[in-house]
Amino acid sequence: MSQEKSLRPSATFPQNVLDEIHRAADEGIYEIRGFGAKRTLPNFDDLVFLGASMSRYPLEGYREKCATNVVLGTRYAKRPIELKIPITIAGMSFGSLGAHAKEALGRAATSMGTSTTTGDGGMTEEERQSSKTLVYQVLPSRYGLNPDDVRRADALEVVVGQGAKPGGGGMLLGHKITQRVAEMRDLPQEIDQRSACRHPDWTGPDDLEIKIQELREITDFEIPIYVKVGATRVSYDVALAVKSGADVIVVDGMQGGTAATQDVFIEHVGIPTLPAVRMAVEALQELGMHRKVQLIVSGGIRSGADADKAFALGADAVSIGSAAMVALGCNRDLYVEDYAALGTAPGYCHHCHTGRCPVGITTQDADLEERLRPEQGARWLRNYLSTMVLEIQTLARACGKTHVLNLEPEDLTALTIEAAAMAKVPLAGTNWIPGNNK
Amino acid sequence: MTAFDLSSDTVRALNQHLHQTPSGELSVTNPGGRHCIACGIDSPVDVSIDGHVGYYCAGMNKDAQVTIRGNAGPGVAENIMSGTVRVQGNASQYAGASGQGGTLIIDGDASARCGISMKGVDIVVAGSVGHMSAFLAQKGRLVVCGDAGDFLGDSIYEACIYVRGKVGELGADCIEKEMTTEHVKSLRQLLAATGIDASADEFRRYGSARKLYNFNIDHADAY
Repeated sequence: MSQEKSLRPSATFPQNVLDEIHRAADEGIYEIRGFGAKRTLPNFDDLVFLGASMSRYPLEGYREKCATNVVLGTRYAKRPIELKIPITIAGMSFGSLGAHAKEALGRAATSMGTSTTTGDGGMTEEERQSSKTLVYQVLPSRYGLNPDDVRRADALEVVVGQGAKPGGGGMLLGHKITQRVAEMRDLPQEIDQRSACRHPDWTGPDDLEIKIQELREITDFEIPIYVKVGATRVSYDVALAVKSGADVIVVDGMQGGTAATQDVFIEHVGIPTLPAVRMAVEALQELGMHRKVQLIVSGGIRSGADADKAFALGADAVSIGSAAMVALGCNRDLYVEDYAALGTAPGYCHHCHTGRCPVGITTQDADLEERLRPEQGARWLRNYLSTMVLEIQTLARACGKTHVLNLEPEDLTALTIEAAAMAKVPLAGTNWIPGNNK
Repeated sequence: MTAFDLSSDTVRALNQHLHQTPSGELSVTNPGGRHCIACGIDSPVDVSIDGHVGYYCAGMNKDAQVTIRGNAGPGVAENIMSGTVRVQGNASQYAGASGQGGTLIIDGDASARCGISMKGVDIVVAGSVGHMSAFLAQKGRLVVCGDAGDFLGDSIYEACIYVRGKVGELGADCIEKEMTTEHVKSLRQLLAATGIDASADEFRRYGSARKLYNFNIDHADAY
């Protein structure tokens, strides 16, 4: 047999699949990891802006105004959220993140005039003090949920699911359940914490409508109530969230990150953010509620270009999680030996679940956490958000828009047939939208 | 005594008043099964509700004493922080869900998922509870003078369950445990405080086997 024939790899069982099967045989458990989907997925890179031409007039960069402000929660709340930029920081728990990281997120968001969001661990003092606008999550676990924090929140977010694991509950492995985390969550230390995947006191959208009513009553109708869903049956979920009384809907695509979830869940459940945005906007438009119930989109938002494409498709704001962590130093080329000790390297790390984050973000270890000073983390994130805003404005001005939310689907074209079908934007050089019979 | 008649007053007006940290006594008549009555109270007011209530009555209660002279819909006293809520009739699903403190007393029966996700509340049920009660119960005590339905204490953490009557199938990782003199004493005190006529000596105790606290492939069948 020739050497070439005897070393022919299998497309069905490539090396990474062989390695995973061997690992499963050794350990008897699914792989749990952090980060988001790593497989190649249709995303915003498959759309481009058309920019200015003879038939479209651009705005002068740096001189002509291109506004970025957005108001969230105008439907029912007496005090909607007013943000200077349409980029928010997504929910990430204290427990999965350390206190320094939460403080850094809060400081940066405050300096940029935007909001942060709590997570599965409840509200920490660090985040409430550092974040001027704080969205408080109401999750299935209800860890630490209390009326005092509900009343001092600027908005509430009822979490039905997240993009990394629609239908899955949260998870925090035992080595990250320190005394402080355990006390906040009312759990014993060092156990593997399993959050529920369903809320304890409501079942379907009719119940959710009453649950939202309760939250409004408790907060005297002052603050907006968001509903967050992982992107699955987006059309139905958005319509049901509107019917349930949401002020704001957050749709999180499958590229959304996590600190600890089964790899099989991350990679194989949910739909990409690209079709999710379009489906959500269509659902709102059919109900006559587009711009009346605001839409925040998350899941793999990386740049001003991604954000602007979401706005062009009809989103009111985007939310970043993984990208915010990267700005804080995730996968930065530092402490290389510590990455190696985890079996990984900068640029490849997804080991948030280990609690041994080399750059001090997703850890409860005091020594590791010292590697992320909140002031430095805040500066990095502020710089990154500032860069995103400049990108957003640059592209929007190139399309002739005085406000970034004036971007529209007609400003876009698709580079692939899949993206054209998913976003319902014509394939470049044609008028063709697959599935559109016009 | 301050009085609200929900046949003419709104639930919004009632709750707005209750959120202004009143004290003393307050009566609510004609609740008519309305939802979210007396939720989010944050002061030691004594609220008496004359009739049946809908969902989430006394939700997130703090410091108040709330008495429901009728039946309660789903989620009564959900996320209760402190104070006492008493249902003189029956309670629907999720009674006391994720409660962190205080006491919920149900003089009739409770339905499925009583005490789900409880985090420190004491729940005392004079009658029986439905299936999946004390599911994911983390802290606190659930006392059932009647029977408990199937899957009691499924995935329980450190909460403690006492049952006097029959128990259906136990949930994952929930086992019967020894009823020590300390447990009998503590239960006796709780029963006395709630005014429920039952002898602590007649109860059995259930809690976590703690085999699922850290994943072990050999216990995978328990899921």
